[in-house]
Amino acid sequence: MAGIWVVLQLRDGQVPRISWEAVTAAQRLAAARGTKAEAVLLGKDIGGASEQVAKTDLARVHVADGEALASYTPGAWRGALAPAVRAAAPDFVVFPHTYQTVDFMPRLAQEVGAGLLPEVTGFEDEGGELLWRRPIMGGKLQARVRVKGGGTVFVSVQSGAFPGDGVAAGEAPVGALEVDLAAVRPDREILGVEDVAGEKVDLTKADVIVAVGRGIGGADKLGPVEELARALGAEIGASRPVIDNGWLPRDRQIGSSGQTVAPRLYIAAGISGAIQHLVGMKGSSVVVAINKDPGAPIFTIADYGIVGDLHEILPALTEAIRAAKG
Amino acid sequence: MRVAVCLKQVPDTEARLRVARDGRWVDEEDLPFVINESDEYALEEGLALAEKSGGEVVVFSLGLERVREALRKALALGAARAVHLKDPAFLGGDALANGRALAAAVGREEFDLVLTGSQSDDAGYGATGSVLAGWLGWPHAWLVMGVAVEEGGKTLRVTREMESGKNEIVRLPLPAVLEIQAGINHPRYASLKGIMAAKKKEIAEVGPAELGLEAGEVGAAGSRLEIVAVAFPESGAGAQILEGDAATAAKALVEKLQKEARVL
Repeated sequence: MAGIWVVLQLRDGQVPRISWEAVTAAQRLAAARGTKAEAVLLGKDIGGASEQVAKTDLARVHVADGEALASYTPGAWRGALAPAVRAAAPDFVVFPHTYQTVDFMPRLAQEVGAGLLPEVTGFEDEGGELLWRRPIMGGKLQARVRVKGGGTVFVSVQSGAFPGDGVAAGEAPVGALEVDLAAVRPDREILGVEDVAGEKVDLTKADVIVAVGRGIGGADKLGPVEELARALGAEIGASRPVIDNGWLPRDRQIGSSGQTVAPRLYIAAGISGAIQHLVGMKGSSVVVAINKDPGAPIFTIADYGIVGDLHEILPALTEAIRAAKG
Repeated sequence: MRVAVCLKQVPDTEARLRVARDGRWVDEEDLPFVINESDEYALEEGLALAEKSGGEVVVFSLGLERVREALRKALALGAARAVHLKDPAFLGGDALANGRALAAAVGREEFDLVLTGSQSDDAGYGATGSVLAGWLGWPHAWLVMGVAVEEGGKTLRVTREMESGKNEIVRLPLPAVLEIQAGINHPRYASLKGIMAAKKKEIAEVGPAELGLEAGEVGAAGSRLEIVAVAFPESGAGAQILEGDAATAAKALVEKLQKEARVL
């Protein structure tokens, strides 16, 4: 039986926003093909989440609930999903594009022989054929992708690509996913979870943020950034390469593996705007981009931009702000 | 410990990109290519683990003639040998096709550990290492920020990056495949001695037949995905660009922020 599935990821037994976004994507995909989507939930004691998902417009909610799925491992998730996907052979299985999904989805695709289409941001029906959009080159370019051949295709949807509050309401029957949980085995032993940064800088409450990217060029070049932040009363943030190079501590990182911020004013200097960074700051009210590359994707989401050398522009901006503030 | 490191050569992330004439990929003419960033970290991790245990690193890469340059650099950094999957049949593959080809190449030798980067800076599927692990039948972990071989040498203690500033610590049995996240270590620079030594090291070239694969199982023919067009993202409303020299643009920006956006 062909169909559209969506596999939700739960966090502490709750349905996070990105999973609702995946449900929206599956519903829209199903609507485009004149059918209804089916949801799959994995975990232990997830009756609450299952009931919530059952209040949406889906053909069915399949639940695998048991001790074997108390903690995520790729082995356990593959053990539960592979037989179910093989038996039902859905046309598409939609996943939220999270770190957990990227950890197990490709391996599951390899195991069941499914196509693999990670990190999509949208799709269009072009004369009966689906064309998918996904970022390439770190988000500098958009690719339109066609899936060849038959069989199931796994799709993960990028955070923010489909609205989480766009889920169509309805009523769906809840049933057990047809899988033998006794055969499900973890393939790694979980030893614990630790905080990455010792002392935490909380950027989520900052009113103004000056964020720097790889374009700054080195830890010794941060002086003008600090000056500008001081003039604005701003916190300093950074994109991932700055952190990886050790130019700023990890608790300054903004993006998918760092903090998600939404200040009144966000100044991005030397940040090209890879999708992993954008998901962490696109909730900002006003975004200013300073970059030497006029084609940098950060300009597509910024309100104001200056194209040029940030080492010249930052001191000029600090001076202009001081002058304006008198 | 014998370590295989798979690396990809990608356009330099600093390079200005143009769309190719056929509209299906970037124009590669005059485009500078480098080793993919997270793969450089994977190589460093492999070299450090091999040094500590008295083993060696063999590097694998797939692609055109120019990939030799990336392999040569890896040899200069300390890898013992290189294997170049060099055949037109390998080109244009998605993560499933490339993972399959690399697994066949790696699987011809005995390794304790296979390392890849977590994601390529070009296609960015973030999946090739996991697919490779599937073909080998070994456990894997994606987005690895720490690796320690545990006592007895049969298991690894692996730190995996999670969302929201947390790491998960897991134990994996060897052999295993780890997909390394950028930032895990500080990659070394090649020494003059290393560069000289690399000239004498072997870069073996293999095609699908040597790997026991049909040409149709790899590259574009073995892929489920086909890129039909690439384009710069539509700018939407886009940014208001403030023109002029640094002082003029800065002054204009402050005025906008005060009077139009009202955030200053």
